[in-house]
Amino acid sequence: MMVENRPLLAVVRHLVLLAGIAVVLLPVWLAFVASTMSGGDMLDGRLGLLPGDQFSANFRAVLVDGLRSAGVPPVGRMMLNSLWMALSISIGKIAISLLSAFAIVYFRFPLRKSMFWMIFMTLMLPVEVRIVPTFKVVADFGLLDSTAGLALPLIASATATFLFRQFFISVPPELAEAARMDGASPMQFFKDVLLPLSRTNIAALFVILFIYGWNQYLWPFVATTDESHYTVVMGIQRMVAVPDSEPTWNIVMATAILGMLPPVLVVLAMQRLFVKGLVGGDK
Amino acid sequence: MTAPAVFKSRSLPYLLIAPQIAVTLAFFIWPAAQAVLQSLLREDPFGLSTTFVGLENYVEVLSDPRYIDTVIRSCVLAVLVTAGAMATALLLATMADRVGRGAGIYKTLLIWPYAVAPALAGVLWFLIFNPSIGVVGRALNRLGMVWNPALDGTQAFVLILVAATWKQISYNFVFFLAGLQTIPHTVIEAAAIDGAGPARRFFTIVLPLLGPTTFFLLVVNLVYAFFETFAVIHATTQGGPASATETLVFKVFKDGFVGLDLGGSAAQSVILMGLVGGLTALQFHFLDRKGAR
Repeated sequence: MMVENRPLLAVVRHLVLLAGIAVVLLPVWLAFVASTMSGGDMLDGRLGLLPGDQFSANFRAVLVDGLRSAGVPPVGRMMLNSLWMALSISIGKIAISLLSAFAIVYFRFPLRKSMFWMIFMTLMLPVEVRIVPTFKVVADFGLLDSTAGLALPLIASATATFLFRQFFISVPPELAEAARMDGASPMQFFKDVLLPLSRTNIAALFVILFIYGWNQYLWPFVATTDESHYTVVMGIQRMVAVPDSEPTWNIVMATAILGMLPPVLVVLAMQRLFVKGLVGGDK
Repeated sequence: MTAPAVFKSRSLPYLLIAPQIAVTLAFFIWPAAQAVLQSLLREDPFGLSTTFVGLENYVEVLSDPRYIDTVIRSCVLAVLVTAGAMATALLLATMADRVGRGAGIYKTLLIWPYAVAPALAGVLWFLIFNPSIGVVGRALNRLGMVWNPALDGTQAFVLILVAATWKQISYNFVFFLAGLQTIPHTVIEAAAIDGAGPARRFFTIVLPLLGPTTFFLLVVNLVYAFFETFAVIHATTQGGPASATETLVFKVFKDGFVGLDLGGSAAQSVILMGLVGGLTALQFHFLDRKGAR
């Protein structure tokens, strides 16, 4: 397989990769080290490369007590909020995209093309550019400080609709034809044939969308006013931005570690699906 | 849209597509239309009366030197983040593609930061660069440099740049590695037999064949650098010191929610819609070509 055997080149490859991994790991390792130190040692500038002995004390503090002084609830609560948001966004996106792709591929109806283009337009409207008016709409619906309010404005998905449309088109038309001949209703065909065939695509997309949902920042930041609805990724900002004093870094970093743990575990546990979901179906 | 279309029903397709359309109308199209409308209006400071001012908000925004500074700052950040994250990822992917033993472990260790939220990535580097307790910040000060991103605008910008780039490397790595793995081995071997060394092979064969992947990543990285860096900035420097790390998205947010300049903020939003629109059109053009292949 090797094109040519150059031992020196092989050594260089390993060294470059190890250096890359060191750069990639360094910030997270340092965050972990910080999360195991006492506040006093941190402020004395003793943060180095080796962990301290306050691991259990710090993590117990954030999981149970939170950071009352900064108006931040216990991290366990924030993680639960994040979980709800991530699940509603990912499952919601997948559900409504499956249904609309099914309608677009297997039916012909007036306005089909215009509706397709309307869904496509959402690609051009990330939440950042419509943040102020979206906030107004959600406030008018009375959905601030609710899971629905956190999820709905992010739930339309051109990408997921395209992906499923692409996949449905590649399904042999004979299957649908046969189902129709056998007297199956469209929804029976959807449930008994299309959904099982889409299983891997759904799983791969779920991995990506779960991470997307968990990591949302700006929208939960404006859509929650009550601290009991904070998510962990946005809640950490409240811990960092303490006026006129140094943040309690060991507690902040323990929170950061906990906040990145679920999505990182998802990537590590489902690496194959994750790569498939990211790069696209056929690779 | 060539497709089977075997089922006939008058109402069912509308029922199926209704949830997506409802969400799109309520939370995408309607707010976007509101932004366009708002950008043509001006409210008096008490919110009592609203007047139609045509393009005045746009003229005001675009003739504000601070806005132009923000445009330049955002573009510099976007180009540097894109270039840095793509070059690093390409180097690592090229190495990982041919490393042989241990490739799987290297790959896993390089992929996972994708899952770290931009806001958290920002906070991690915020600590590292902290002048009195961060590992790098302390070292820079010990080397005689006066390092304090809270006071020095350029240093704050570097902090944002590093954090935003770090977070994006793994995404690009996944795509470059996938792209490299589609290049047939026979092509590389043929070139090697003809006497082309590794560097020559990379620039004359591998890089051109990675063209579509590179173009796709270019657009995605630019969108990321313009929009998602908001979280990195907001969670750390808050745009400061003295707007040294304020980007276009940050300014929309600040003027809309903090400054309550609704007309100006809306005009900025519409300008940004144009930017995403252009980038999306580029990307779609690419997807179209990819579909045609």
